[in-house]
Amino acid sequence: MKFGVVVFPGSNCDQDTYDALKDVFRQPTVFLWHKDHDLKKVDCVVLPGGFAYGDYLRSGAIARFSPIMKEVAEFAGRGGFVLGICNGFQVLLEIGLLPGAMIRNKNLKFLCQFVHLRLENAGTAFTRTGTAGQVLRIPIAHFDGNYYAPPETLRDMEARRQIVLRYCEPDGRLTDESNVNGSLGAIAGIMNKEGNVMGLMPHPERAAEDIFGSRDGRVIFESLLKGA
Amino acid sequence: MDKRTIADHNLTLEEYNRIVKLIGREPNLTELGIFSTMWSEHCSYKSSKVHLKRLPTTGRRVIQGPGENAGILDIGHGQAVVFKIESHNHPSYIEPFQGAATGVGGILRDIFTMGARPIALLDSLRFGPLDDPRNRPIMEGVVSGISSYGNSIGVPTVGGEAAFHRGYAANPLVNVFCLGLAEKDKIFYARAGGPGNAVLYVGAKTGRDGIHGATMASAEFGKETEHKRPNVQVGDPFREKLLLEACLEVMDRNLIVGIQDMGAAGLTCSTTEMAAKSGLGMDVDLDLVPQRETGMTPYEIMLSESQERMLIVCENDRTSEVKDAFAKWDLDAVAIGRITEGGRLTAKAGGQVVIDLPLEAVIDLCPVYERPSRLAEPPAVIEPAAVPLPADYGETLLRLLASPTIADKEWIFRQYDHMVQTNTAVRPGADAAVLRIKGQKKALAATLDGNARYTALDPEAGSKIAVAEACRNLACVGARPIGVTNCLNFGNPEKPEVMGQFEAVIAGMVMACRAFAIPVTGGNVSFYNDTEGESIAPTPVLGIVGLIEDIDRVVRTGFQAEGEVVLLLGRSLEELGGSEYIHLVHGLESGPAPRIDLDEEKRVQELCLEAIDRGWLRSSHDVSDGGLAVCLAECCFHSRGRMGCRADFEENIRADALLFGETQSRIVVSVEADDLDKLLRLAEKKKVETRVLGKTGGRALVISHRGRTLVDLPVETAYAAWKNAIPARFKKT
Repeated sequence: MKFGVVVFPGSNCDQDTYDALKDVFRQPTVFLWHKDHDLKKVDCVVLPGGFAYGDYLRSGAIARFSPIMKEVAEFAGRGGFVLGICNGFQVLLEIGLLPGAMIRNKNLKFLCQFVHLRLENAGTAFTRTGTAGQVLRIPIAHFDGNYYAPPETLRDMEARRQIVLRYCEPDGRLTDESNVNGSLGAIAGIMNKEGNVMGLMPHPERAAEDIFGSRDGRVIFESLLKGA
Repeated sequence: MDKRTIADHNLTLEEYNRIVKLIGREPNLTELGIFSTMWSEHCSYKSSKVHLKRLPTTGRRVIQGPGENAGILDIGHGQAVVFKIESHNHPSYIEPFQGAATGVGGILRDIFTMGARPIALLDSLRFGPLDDPRNRPIMEGVVSGISSYGNSIGVPTVGGEAAFHRGYAANPLVNVFCLGLAEKDKIFYARAGGPGNAVLYVGAKTGRDGIHGATMASAEFGKETEHKRPNVQVGDPFREKLLLEACLEVMDRNLIVGIQDMGAAGLTCSTTEMAAKSGLGMDVDLDLVPQRETGMTPYEIMLSESQERMLIVCENDRTSEVKDAFAKWDLDAVAIGRITEGGRLTAKAGGQVVIDLPLEAVIDLCPVYERPSRLAEPPAVIEPAAVPLPADYGETLLRLLASPTIADKEWIFRQYDHMVQTNTAVRPGADAAVLRIKGQKKALAATLDGNARYTALDPEAGSKIAVAEACRNLACVGARPIGVTNCLNFGNPEKPEVMGQFEAVIAGMVMACRAFAIPVTGGNVSFYNDTEGESIAPTPVLGIVGLIEDIDRVVRTGFQAEGEVVLLLGRSLEELGGSEYIHLVHGLESGPAPRIDLDEEKRVQELCLEAIDRGWLRSSHDVSDGGLAVCLAECCFHSRGRMGCRADFEENIRADALLFGETQSRIVVSVEADDLDKLLRLAEKKKVETRVLGKTGGRALVISHRGRTLVDLPVETAYAAWKNAIPARFKKT
């Protein structure tokens, strides 16, 4: 499966994601420059973490206007796989490929820590190697990860099983404490109706090798590969 | 020039007369500004130079010692580490968020200016006590400043230290360290090449911010410090990220001759140093300098400390390629001048010559002072009889664990992205941070250490301890030290007792670095940490980098399994002086400082390192603030599932000194029962007193002394005290 990692000015997990895909999962991987219009025939576009354009205005608000994003949106419309991690998720929300929006974490601080995530839907292209209810341990690192969507949107998403990951306790329970950033419904990761676009705040590329103390992030990448 | 103007530029009358003599006329105001910054303590090291020369700076790995933006060491396989520490104390007090943020920005530029990609940041912080609400916003601002800059640019903040003492209330310390990785044959310096080369200005535009930052950092704070707020610059990590990528790109493509960042003293420092280091001159047109504001005078342009700017020298026919490379990252590269012969800095503005100075006068002929020094009276020595034994040792341990200096620092480090770049193998909160090098078996470790409680009592011993402890922290994860950078935070050097402390600290550092055979490759001196006449305690902070042969052998803090045997490497003395215990519980800060025997220290570390090499250690943790009881508690907190342990002591010394005293050269380790005899035999061979303390397991931390149980606490209770101490002080009521 050929992966393309988009590089916005200010992306800072582009290299990490590239390294994971290329060296850990041994997949052909290329960088996609934000000013370009060429997706280089990739099978999956990954929007990596970082602070695209500095994120001084609102996370992802400027990046959505990048030339490459026009192509990414069309690619997604044709059913191509798009994965947004952290800042990449924020960009997907801003451009409207995923529903909802992000506000500041509830404690108004940047949070970098391991969290536990309950896999709500193991039937997606991004999670098929996992099992429903499985608890994953993956780190987060963000300031704006407090997910919000209007009630009717949320109801639709629930009904269509678009909610993929929720912050939880190690045993899978949902509590106020485990919902570290205050997200509505403890939402950590979602997908679009069609199931080909996923966004998540946690960083699976930071939980793909033993030296990080968890390999749970592999589920996301291995699921994509299994379908390929 | 009138006396008032000279004094406003922080120059003495003697220094001014020296300038007139050197240049053969009175300087104009712009030139006076240039001398003022280049001859400031911050830029010239005029009070510390003679003493710093005594530090060992050579070794087989040294590629670059002191005198450049950062030190460079060879780590084999064609790679080099580039590292340096800097203080941003003064700006961080005036404006905590931006002061700390631009400190991070500055140290990052020091590293990537040399062709290295920054791979880790660490910070050493000192604040006033958190129980005083005035100190909390300073800490909150500093931490979020560091967090905002490091997180955005994508360099992980992987460790450091934070300590609290009332002496820092009006003078917090913010020392930032950066480690970079470079290819040995792609290192760049502040060089000018030859006459005719083009001088390019890259990065942010120049504004009126930060004028005279260096001189501000070279004077005491008084009551009117508030007025200095405009002297602090504003950071833009996004622009620096672009600058970082663009600079590394032109270096990788070998398009440039030399490069220098514009940090303290901005254009002044970069133009003069680049030309002088190659024995050449420079001619610039200040009208060409990109400016953010209109009507800026030559004085303002030369002295602005606007952030995220670099000066590049390249051959004339390379200019367009360099410009294109920067354009890719949406940055301007503007030719503002050329390299000349003759060793002068000349500058024009509006067609007029506004600067014409011999560089030798600006840089080499800066006055050097051997300031009078006096050793302070040795401080009061503790009267053991006057220190009553605690009624409840468990209660005392809980108090120590809840002391912010000892307590868990996650409130700080979870605001830092400490995992970006996916190399962080040992995360913050451990003895030392460990970073893998992608594609290699070897790894890097780094730590920052300093303990002003000891240096206040005995600057020489305290300085030795700082080096020893940093090396011990590295040994605990399995790293051998390879080089040092130091940040020397002191009061006003014009006070003989401050110079006395400084000299003693250098003397201790010389001895300790020699003992460990580690070169000092650079650092930073921060004098004038005085507010309203009160100097801080001498606070040397050591940044030491270590090399690990095999990343799979790395050992972490915290017991791994039930039934491991817990041991203490090193011996415990009856020492109470300088400890957090006598300070916190008895309100004393008397001495003597803990004893330090560098030979013994080395033997303990060698034992630990060899045991790690052989794969015997399951966990290790150095004994420091709060002593053995705190160390054992932390081993439980970091263990899998927060298991307990039992430790029995037989030493014939006071129980409080045994549990809470801060005797140096000690490490708590755990091993599987099968490896115990081998470890004990090795310890005997290395002549290190080593005692079996007990075993891991259960839910309680139990410590006994000569048959009497002193501590019996549920680990969860102790953990809660340690974990909640700092967050509780920031709870909004």
